[in-house]
Amino acid sequence: MNDTGIAINAEGISKIYHRGSEIITALDGISLRIRKGEFVAFIGPSGSGKTTLLNILGCLDNPTAGSLAISGTGVFGEGTRLGEGDLTKIRRRHFGYIFQNFYLLPTLTVLENVTVPFSFYRRGNAVTDIPALLASLGIERRMNHLPGQLSGGEMQRVAIARALVNRPEILLADEPTGNLDSKRSRDIGEVLGSLNRDQGITIIMVTHNAELAALAGRQIELKDGRI
Amino acid sequence: MIRIWQIAYKNLLRKKVRSILTITGIALSAWVLVSLLGFNKGYENALNRDIDSMGYQVLVAAKGCPYEAATLMLKGGTGLRYMDEGISRDILKYSEVKEVTPMVMQAVFDPNKGESGGISAYLGVDPKTFPGMKGYFQFQQGKWFTDPNAAEAVMGYEAAELEQREVGDKILIPEKNVELAVVGVLKRTGTQDDGTIFVPFRTVQRIFNVTGKLTAIGVQVDKNARIAEVEQKMYDLPDVQVVSLAQVKQTIISLVATARVMVFSIAVIAVLIAMVGVVNTILMSVFERFQEIGILKSMGALPGDVFRLIWIETFILCLLGGIAGNALALGLVRVTDILIRRLLPYSPTGSLVMIDLPLASIAMAAIIGVGLLAGLYPAWKAARIRPIESIRSQEA
Repeated sequence: MNDTGIAINAEGISKIYHRGSEIITALDGISLRIRKGEFVAFIGPSGSGKTTLLNILGCLDNPTAGSLAISGTGVFGEGTRLGEGDLTKIRRRHFGYIFQNFYLLPTLTVLENVTVPFSFYRRGNAVTDIPALLASLGIERRMNHLPGQLSGGEMQRVAIARALVNRPEILLADEPTGNLDSKRSRDIGEVLGSLNRDQGITIIMVTHNAELAALAGRQIELKDGRI
Repeated sequence: MIRIWQIAYKNLLRKKVRSILTITGIALSAWVLVSLLGFNKGYENALNRDIDSMGYQVLVAAKGCPYEAATLMLKGGTGLRYMDEGISRDILKYSEVKEVTPMVMQAVFDPNKGESGGISAYLGVDPKTFPGMKGYFQFQQGKWFTDPNAAEAVMGYEAAELEQREVGDKILIPEKNVELAVVGVLKRTGTQDDGTIFVPFRTVQRIFNVTGKLTAIGVQVDKNARIAEVEQKMYDLPDVQVVSLAQVKQTIISLVATARVMVFSIAVIAVLIAMVGVVNTILMSVFERFQEIGILKSMGALPGDVFRLIWIETFILCLLGGIAGNALALGLVRVTDILIRRLLPYSPTGSLVMIDLPLASIAMAAIIGVGLLAGLYPAWKAARIRPIESIRSQEA
């Protein structure tokens, strides 16, 4: 496989936690490649290591062992542990994140929430037409509303818009429908599917929702920290 | 696009009551600080104004003679010493001296004063020179006597109140059985002159049988002359003591220094308490937003960005508190004046608290500076939050 088409290349990723004298192996030598433009879903029972793997692939955490390359650039390798500042710079370049709990700032309007990332960093090719972005997600009429005035599904759409403003290459979604009912879960699934299909954004998603996982081009099942 | 300071400002709106209470704490400490600085500035100005308005810069008194009415009263009206009237003419010959005003003070026990009697002080003054030197005196009724031998009196505000006298009334000098006609009543000055009864000095000399004698001479020195040199010359005069009002001022300032230190300590404590409040508020807000701050970092915020965000929140609290405190200090300047007067052993007339723009700016800078120092720890704590920790806490 040509490396230029690879979004994420992970080799032998392990994550070990120490809880007192107990050693917990969250990930046990995982190797995987994710192609650019791919939609991947991590599935598996609770505690299988899905979120831990997503966090490491998304440069939110360092692995205990193994190597990771993002778009051909090595991030973690033998004996390399990056500091918070370096990890942030990598995240800025490549990733957008959405979480189960949305994490919108309650005193900011939808428009303000979506542009919060610009307060810290703005990529050269960042979205300039925010209303159009909101319209593409069906929430343009909610632009001046506060999060408290939105439904769960709308809040997650706002969180998606916020993740997209810097046009990330890879969108990481951790249980994006975990707090939504089945109808709104389907809506969000459709949004993610169209982002992947129409804009070619690589999506890596952790979910317990089989219906949502079925939208992904590839499902990777984890059990006891292994694929 | 939203700016970082807008995010900081809106964050403070989440817990409005908490933010308002913190701002109130800062405002109160700023009020104390501004008032203290205003007092430091105003007190010395007021003292200078009072001493300048005395009309004379040097007081010459007979050696051992109490030269203030208050001291005379403490001594029960006894212990007066006299100097020869000719000394005032000698002093006037000095080229540096612009004017002299002779004074003769007397005090008698008045059994009808108050509940169990009291001392009444009479100050014999020269109608030609004394009124000119006391230019700031204002009359409630009547005017100065003009004849140095007239059996007339001008009463200080409190003396007139106590004796219930108005212009046209008579006052009796106890022991001497001499009546004086009240020709004027002064407005309140806030000084010991309020309790004094002014009488032409020749009249006092005659009534009390001290013709040709004086107890004090007020000396007005030429503006361009060096007071210290004139004082030195007067030390050579026989049997007199020279009281420089500059020295008096220095004595008063050192007396007030203790009160100043006390007020200053209160201000420092108030500012420190307010800053503990700031640390508490911001730190609580950081802990409450633990997950949110982690998420901001996942969106691309560097540790420095988070530090800045939290520091701006501290800055906004201190800025609003400082503005409110300055407004409070300006609005309540009269109340502060009254409170401070109660603490002081001696207060000059006029406003003791003087607040102006440079002073308000200094206080503002101090509040914001100390506030930003107080905000360092919470900001540092927030900057160190790792997104992975906040995400794990979300899972938990």
